[in-house]
Amino acid sequence: MLQKKIPMFICFLMGFLLFFQFYIPTSWSQNFYSTILRWILGISSFAIVLAVASLVRHHTRKIKERKDIPYSITLLVSLVATALIGFIGGIKSGTLFDKIFNYIQIPLQSSMFAILAFYMASAAYRAFRARNIEATLLLLAAFIVMIGVIPIGDLIHPYVPSFAQWILDVPNLAAKRGIAIGVGLGIIATSIKIILGIERNWLGR
Amino acid sequence: MKFLEYLAKIDRRIIYLILAIFIIIPLIKPLNLPIGSSHPVKSLFDFIEKQPEGAVIVLSMDYDASVYPECHPMSRAIARHAFLKNLRLIGLTLNPAGTGLALEVMTEIPKEYNKKYGKDYVFLGFRPDITATILGFGEDIRKIFPYDYFGNKTDTLPIFKDVKNYDQIALVVSISGSALPVSWIYLARGRYGQDIAAGVTAVMAADYYPYLRTGQFVGLLGGMKGAAEYEKLIERRELATSGIDAVSISHILIILFVIIGNIGYIVLLKRRK
Repeated sequence: MLQKKIPMFICFLMGFLLFFQFYIPTSWSQNFYSTILRWILGISSFAIVLAVASLVRHHTRKIKERKDIPYSITLLVSLVATALIGFIGGIKSGTLFDKIFNYIQIPLQSSMFAILAFYMASAAYRAFRARNIEATLLLLAAFIVMIGVIPIGDLIHPYVPSFAQWILDVPNLAAKRGIAIGVGLGIIATSIKIILGIERNWLGR
Repeated sequence: MKFLEYLAKIDRRIIYLILAIFIIIPLIKPLNLPIGSSHPVKSLFDFIEKQPEGAVIVLSMDYDASVYPECHPMSRAIARHAFLKNLRLIGLTLNPAGTGLALEVMTEIPKEYNKKYGKDYVFLGFRPDITATILGFGEDIRKIFPYDYFGNKTDTLPIFKDVKNYDQIALVVSISGSALPVSWIYLARGRYGQDIAAGVTAVMAADYYPYLRTGQFVGLLGGMKGAAEYEKLIERRELATSGIDAVSISHILIILFVIIGNIGYIVLLKRRK
């Protein structure tokens, strides 16, 4: 029972104090705020430790269960080796750690993301169909923006980039602003619910 | 008729092959398509351009290698512009996987302009909590970053003699492939009135227009095109300029594939009726 009540009390207290701190422009209030910020940084660092521990546990379990063993071993070996190389040889420019990052991680991550272009081309070809008026309008807007945001748009006609910009600035903006206001109100409501202990999902199971 | 029906079901491997060929060709032999300068890019350029010598810019390189081709040229171009104007630069990253890329920008670019570490620029590295870091910048940078990336005490660095928090910072530029620039808006702009600009991937750019129109962003670089336009403005064409031709061709190809797919779809639909 206390496992839930203590975190909920801390959450309520900190939420309450930081909310009112914002409206109290005194030196002790500012000092309290600065101290809290440093505490948050310290606590957040533990999240990284927790993430690494969780990753290691997950993959050790997979190895024990004999599921996708090569991938899990590759991940664990890379994790330990890179960390050790960083600790022993340093992380400055030109070190082995830096070379691993530049010549292994960057090409791998960039390639993974670049493959998306091919999937997008194939998916657009299969899924973008002018089935009704709404879909046709969406298609036309997509064409104009896609052409308008590349240099070829200017070559086709000077109005193409302007029209693409108008689509982004007016219809797109209207929809996005509505969503942003909704999200903002949602954040406020959820924050109040968390502080008051109504929303308890963050406590886990 | 059979050919038109075939258009609706082209094998995806053929699409991949055509796309690959048309992306590789302009990378080997650039088409040198004309690059303009859109309003959001020009606004950021003008904002940095009008800063007095010695003004401080924070460059937050909040991206990892997955968005390297779009975001990295932006960071390089903005760092170059800052040094060209003799502004001081504070570099950091809020993405743990972005430290290596940010380090590259903060070590290579200053060398080109003979800038002195600690006086003209500093690299703070990574901090884990976005909210606390952004808010901490508004209180005292040295408390949030007691040490820089290289282990120097920030207290001892000359740049921090007259730079304590947002009050002394002219602009924060957040380069990101995620929603991080919005955090800068909510926390740094909302609470401290800090001027913010963003550089984001092309797919994310549409999300940021509301903030641009309200003036919460002083400028916006969207995707490789934004980076290429900035490179043109600072007259230093490199990564983005060479890649923009391939991006242009891939856009045209995707549009063509969609048109072809729809022709096939309409033909099939008519036949079924």
